[in-house]
Amino acid sequence: MITIETIGQVAEHYDIAVVGAGPAGLAAAARAAELGLSVLLADENPAPGGQIYRAITTTPVTPRAVLGEDYWKGGALAERLKPTTTAYAPGCTVWSVAPDEAGGVELGLSLAGQARLISAGQVILATGAQERPFPIPGWTLPGVMTAGAAQIALKASGLVPSGRTVIAGCGPLLYLLAGQLAAAGANIVAVLDTTPRRNWLTAIAALPDFLRSPYLAKGLKLMAAARGKLPFKTGVTALAAEGSGTLTGVMVTRGGATETIPCDALLLHQGVIPGINLANAAGCAQHFDTVQHCWTPTVDDWFASSIPGIAIAGDGAGIGGAESAALRGEIAALDAARRLGRISEAQRNEKAAPTQAELARSLRGRRFLDLLYRPAPQFLAPPADETIVCRCEEVTAGQIRDTARRLGVTGPNQMKAFLRCGMGPCQGRLCGPTVVEVIAQERGVSAEETGYYRLRPPVKPVTLAELAALPPTDAAVKAVVR
Amino acid sequence: MSEGRRSADVIVIGGGIHGCSTALHCAMRGLSVILIEKDHAGRHASGVNAGGVRQLARHVAEIPLSNTSMALWHRIEDLVDDDCGFTSDGQVLVAEDEEDLGNCRARVDDLTLRGFHHEELIDAAELRRLVPAVSDACPGGVVSRRDGAAIPLRATQAFKRKAQSLGADIREGVRVTRVARDGGNWRVETDQGAFLAPRIVNAAGAWADRIAADLAEPVPLEVIAPMLMITARMPAFIKPVVILRKRKLSFKQFENGTVLIGGGYLGRAIRDENRTVLDWGKLATNAKTVWDLFPIMRGAPILRAWAGIEARMPDDLPVFGKSAKHEGVYHQFGFSAHGFQLGPGAGAVMAEIIATGSSNVPIDGLGIARFATETESAVHSAH
Repeated sequence: MITIETIGQVAEHYDIAVVGAGPAGLAAAARAAELGLSVLLADENPAPGGQIYRAITTTPVTPRAVLGEDYWKGGALAERLKPTTTAYAPGCTVWSVAPDEAGGVELGLSLAGQARLISAGQVILATGAQERPFPIPGWTLPGVMTAGAAQIALKASGLVPSGRTVIAGCGPLLYLLAGQLAAAGANIVAVLDTTPRRNWLTAIAALPDFLRSPYLAKGLKLMAAARGKLPFKTGVTALAAEGSGTLTGVMVTRGGATETIPCDALLLHQGVIPGINLANAAGCAQHFDTVQHCWTPTVDDWFASSIPGIAIAGDGAGIGGAESAALRGEIAALDAARRLGRISEAQRNEKAAPTQAELARSLRGRRFLDLLYRPAPQFLAPPADETIVCRCEEVTAGQIRDTARRLGVTGPNQMKAFLRCGMGPCQGRLCGPTVVEVIAQERGVSAEETGYYRLRPPVKPVTLAELAALPPTDAAVKAVVR
Repeated sequence: MSEGRRSADVIVIGGGIHGCSTALHCAMRGLSVILIEKDHAGRHASGVNAGGVRQLARHVAEIPLSNTSMALWHRIEDLVDDDCGFTSDGQVLVAEDEEDLGNCRARVDDLTLRGFHHEELIDAAELRRLVPAVSDACPGGVVSRRDGAAIPLRATQAFKRKAQSLGADIREGVRVTRVARDGGNWRVETDQGAFLAPRIVNAAGAWADRIAADLAEPVPLEVIAPMLMITARMPAFIKPVVILRKRKLSFKQFENGTVLIGGGYLGRAIRDENRTVLDWGKLATNAKTVWDLFPIMRGAPILRAWAGIEARMPDDLPVFGKSAKHEGVYHQFGFSAHGFQLGPGAGAVMAEIIATGSSNVPIDGLGIARFATETESAVHSAH
């Protein structure tokens, strides 16, 4: 592994560029390099691991029990990369990915304040998951953050929220994080579970698979540990963060009754969804996954997207968890090598077979979790008009409903023209799914029919100076010489 | 898709600002209208362009249409019940050196002789007053004071809604597959059945050449994808829209602080997939121009870049007016990356021609016939 520190050290061209150094990206890069391909692994974070194995090589949290045994499995993935020739670029933002005219893919990179365009024969996007937006009244108050953000602070810096802490939402990660934070010394005064009871009715059909899945033992352990030690409240149907200027408490509705729990930190979590911004901006086709209830890039069995040269591995192509992400990275790398003509189809199939079997095993039981922890409609589309949906442009749920109704706006792309939601620096990362739900609900149609934002590169901001100083590409130089 | 009418006085093909404006003005004249759009109104060029509302620096052949349009822009809210985000802080063409300024002077003199007075030569002092942030090296330029900018998709949708409110039948998500004669009518076949009308308007933008080809009036239309970039909010520092002569640049700051950078650098259009691919090398050149001209912009974060799918004609002028071959066929396309401002006025003129047979607004030089011999002789020489 060669660690890249300046943009100048990045080569003009790689066989494969992998975006994201989480489990899928690490596995894809390692596998591709082991096959003898030249590989760039570009990642925004200062150290490998992605979110689930975040800071695996650098975390100050050393007692293994705090982050749990699963976390430490990430070490092996990072180790596997070391003996390879992979060019690993930490702190490197990939702001554009698009097919070039030579049949490869062009990537726009930014590292330490300098930008550059390079090309790759194949690109594997391993951009992972993001937390599903969970807009409630007051969620923009200081003191409110996502559970994932708290987990990042814990893994990367050993920090826990100070004061009385409430965790609210649903999904397996909620229990995991509650357990981790408690083990790290956080003062958790309540875990508010919003899982709708009726979800059991649909989930029960998927229970047999779950009972044979690797999730089961793990999940039961997590639940038991969290429930045994922490103040659980289930059946939560409404939430509102309270306070003026800063968070002072959270208003909770359960069984028709409302109470306020005073707190200093509120951590929100409503499951994770694929981080699709880069794939969407690259033009990759996507569809609405009705089980996971989220927009998902459309990929084939080998994780190739609709755009030639771009594959999407890991949770970025559908939520499957860390273990499956790594396996999908392997498979994507094998097919990328095949598409580059470096291995034959038969070789690919042979090498991939055991990994595919393992992948099927690791995904067994997923459906049960997806159905059980599907967020309640009122948390997907906030009923309170004053709830801010688009944080960048401060657009409320009421404004979106009103515009959809009054002006007949049928989708999120048209909504942009009237309210600017989704046009701020996050480019809809935080409001997209909610805007879709609100419009869909108002029009009485499905999220699928409502559609999603067409996103635009750069998917992360790049400064005008960086862009102006882009070194001329090979093609441009040749054009001048000629 | 059986509801709604299947025939009308006029069928407009294409729901860009031109199609919607023509539909609106036809409806205002009491004609029944069906508008057929394959995606949604303003999905392409009309919804994603720079929003410049510019009389400045136009080719003389389209100045009359532009002037007609500008009068409508200044009462846009009366026309469509929405201000369309229109602001009028002028547009300034910045001369980068003395030679450039000399050309500006010649242009303004020429316009004066032709009786047009909307462009005004300005010296360095007036330039600095209008655009204080511009680089000290620039010696002056030209201003068109009634110009400005609007919000493209919002404007197009406003025209659509107003046309609809006057009875126009707007069919979105309906794709035209073929156009053919059917007795005294034109038959517009779509993926959702056929529509009939004695008069049809081809306002299909980057797809208009296919309609024209169906009508045996082939045109050398080029599908282009002009690129734009927008920054994060910046402190307010410029009111008018700025354009250049020698280098490609269109530059403006919106009221919310974001700055739009364009000028017509082209990406790649994949028209059959409604998709474009950006050319970052050219956007870098675009950024470098801003870097030179507006030092204040150097640290600005670029939040998005995009391109629309548009039509360009070889002479950079639109195709506008009656068909050269067929009674009841009208063309309104090929606006060559500068058609947004023309939309309101062109729709009014087109509706007038449809309803009365002619218009007092001169449109000489914009007819489709100008390509007839060229294309036909090209076909002949290819054989």
